[in-house]
Amino acid sequence: MDLLNALVAFLNFVVVPATAYGAQLALGALGVTLIYGILRFSNFAHGDTMALGTTAAILMTWGLQAAGISFGPLPTALLALPFAIAVTALVVLGTDRVVYRFYRKRKVSPSILVIVSLGVMFVMNGVTRFIIGVQDQSFADGERFLVTARGFRDATGLAEGLAIRTTQVVTVVVAVIAVALLFWFLNRTRTGKSMRAYSDNEDLALLSGINPERVVAVTWIITAALATTAGVLYGLDKSFNPFTYFQLLLPIFASAIVGGLGNPLGAIVGGFVIAFSEVTVTYAWKKVLTYILPDSLAPTELVQLMSTDYKFAVSFAILILVLLFMPTGLFKGKSV
Amino acid sequence: MNGRNFMLFALVGLLFAVTGFLQSWNLSLSILQMALVSAIMALGVNIQWGYAGLFNVGVMGFAALGGLAVVLTASAPEPEAWRAGGPGILLALVLGAVTVTAAVQVYKRMAPGLARMVLLLGVLIGGFFLFRAVLDPNVAAVEAINPSVSGNLGGLGLPVVLAWPAGGLLAAAAAWVIGKTALGLRSDYLAIATLGIAEIVIAVMKNEDWLARGVKNVIGLPRPVPYEVNLQRDPGFLDWAQGWGFDPVTASSVLVKLSYCGLFLVVLLAIVWLSEMALRSPWGRMMRAIRDNEVAAEAMGKDVTRRHLQIFILGSAVIGIAGAMMTTLDGQLTPGTYQPLRFTFLIWVMVIVGGSGNNWGAVLGGFLIWWLWVMVEPLGLALIAGITSGMAEGSWLKSHLQDASAHMRLLTMGVILLLVLRFSPRGLIPEK
Repeated sequence: MDLLNALVAFLNFVVVPATAYGAQLALGALGVTLIYGILRFSNFAHGDTMALGTTAAILMTWGLQAAGISFGPLPTALLALPFAIAVTALVVLGTDRVVYRFYRKRKVSPSILVIVSLGVMFVMNGVTRFIIGVQDQSFADGERFLVTARGFRDATGLAEGLAIRTTQVVTVVVAVIAVALLFWFLNRTRTGKSMRAYSDNEDLALLSGINPERVVAVTWIITAALATTAGVLYGLDKSFNPFTYFQLLLPIFASAIVGGLGNPLGAIVGGFVIAFSEVTVTYAWKKVLTYILPDSLAPTELVQLMSTDYKFAVSFAILILVLLFMPTGLFKGKSV
Repeated sequence: MNGRNFMLFALVGLLFAVTGFLQSWNLSLSILQMALVSAIMALGVNIQWGYAGLFNVGVMGFAALGGLAVVLTASAPEPEAWRAGGPGILLALVLGAVTVTAAVQVYKRMAPGLARMVLLLGVLIGGFFLFRAVLDPNVAAVEAINPSVSGNLGGLGLPVVLAWPAGGLLAAAAAWVIGKTALGLRSDYLAIATLGIAEIVIAVMKNEDWLARGVKNVIGLPRPVPYEVNLQRDPGFLDWAQGWGFDPVTASSVLVKLSYCGLFLVVLLAIVWLSEMALRSPWGRMMRAIRDNEVAAEAMGKDVTRRHLQIFILGSAVIGIAGAMMTTLDGQLTPGTYQPLRFTFLIWVMVIVGGSGNNWGAVLGGFLIWWLWVMVEPLGLALIAGITSGMAEGSWLKSHLQDASAHMRLLTMGVILLLVLRFSPRGLIPEK
């Protein structure tokens, strides 16, 4: 029995990575949920918007690094983030002007808009690959660890180490700031209130003199900011690869739906639900159990419920369960 | 088929003919083989989307299941592996199915409350550990046998053409399970659900080595047509080729591709004929009525959920057949190569460009888009070569552009899809 070491191992291998991943998913899901709430369709191009935004950030980071500018112990990519957000916002506003606006004026059904977003997805994916290629790109620099495993062991005298990477802390801090800004914007500013009004009841909002094009434009800009931030944080934490970002679509949608599509608070909760379930189900519990259980019961196998490659299955299973039993998600979402 | 549609098909035929004359007939025919398979996949999606408005973006998963069926039906049996763990694995799968059924029954039959919740969790958790306890040792036993060349359960050793209907059946069975759980959901939820299922199918095929060797791939699957090398050794064939003045190597390769095309064409025409008959029957009218107004159709006494399930299974089966044909054509099953952009979303581009709701449209879209998908890359390379010819040799931009031109196809497909949606939303051959 060694509860302290078990707790440290649990924190190190489950809580810390899942928190960072959850924050990334939550930011992604917020973008999906905003588009769903205001524009009323599931945006399949979201993963590729993230990839495009991250590409812009990576290029800018390389530029800054070449110019010898760094952000001290923090990753340089954070300096590049505002620039990348601006680029992504211009791209999605342009996409809206050229592609989506036509269908919005005609009030086509949501499934047509989804197919349109498939087209946008193809184009964005192609452009990203065209610019940066298909290889993995690591662009994290600065201090690698905030707490190293060895340092933690030396300081506490425990057998287990706890490592916290700078990128994981940066992820959580940036995500908290982004979410706080978003909620302040949605609840306290006039534009934010008009967005929520538009989302709740389009006709009533139009009658009250809310300019729909303005609401839509602001939504796209916020979505671009969220998607770019999510993409850059994910890329800092792991690495950037256009195909991986495309595949993030599934856990991101699962987060948004589990939380309740169209509900920003739900998107955040959903992100953490999905992230923690994925990590706990695919984590090999042998180490933690060995510490907790008496020696006679100590496991000899990995005690991994499912192999890591089945993480999609986990997000998917939760998605299906929530949809079957609470069709509008944990927090009341909307259904178009 | 009217004159305009005939013209469209003739134009696409011309594309293939030009490829044959300008490049080589070998290339043209190999594009045609996959175009036929793609057309069948597009028909499957069209049955679901065009007839009933079901948004299935799990095409990749059903195609992969078709491929799996080829391994299970046609590859050589591995009796030793079967003795080692075959029955145990089957038992584990039965236990898994029993667990799920029991859980569903508990949920349905008991009154809501704490007792039901506890029992449900007990059944699921107990069932899961029992399943793993039976499965794991047997899987280890199977995978230990001859791991470098097999390490899986092998197949039934039946003729490979039988694998095509088997692929359809396997995909249909999967579609039944998915449809039972996900079809009650709204259209875009169904899309997300099918997207997830497809990823899971691929994950299972990559990881469960006892099934089809996972990422180690199954190669050397039997073929329904003769091998080129055997033809080249056959004196009768050599005489025939010489009599016509053909080079035996090229002639054998062209002949093999022609036979594949012939086989695929038969399947394609059969499915088109069946789909057309179904579409014109009272059943087809009912399906369109449901698609256009579910509430009204339900008020007329049509069982919408049941019809949706039916058409979801039918469409998925067609995709499964095409998936099996594709794996037969490749002669190998490589789960690592299934990608949603290529196997799901490209098929959707075919259906939308061809004309959703129209079987001939889906076929035309399949031929046209597949030709473009293959040819855009060399065309893009040529284009980039033209653009960069003025640039200095070895300059950064030039080499970057040359590398990047390989990614032109995604961009092109997206642009085509958006253009068609914008200017001809009903596709090249619209629904009547």
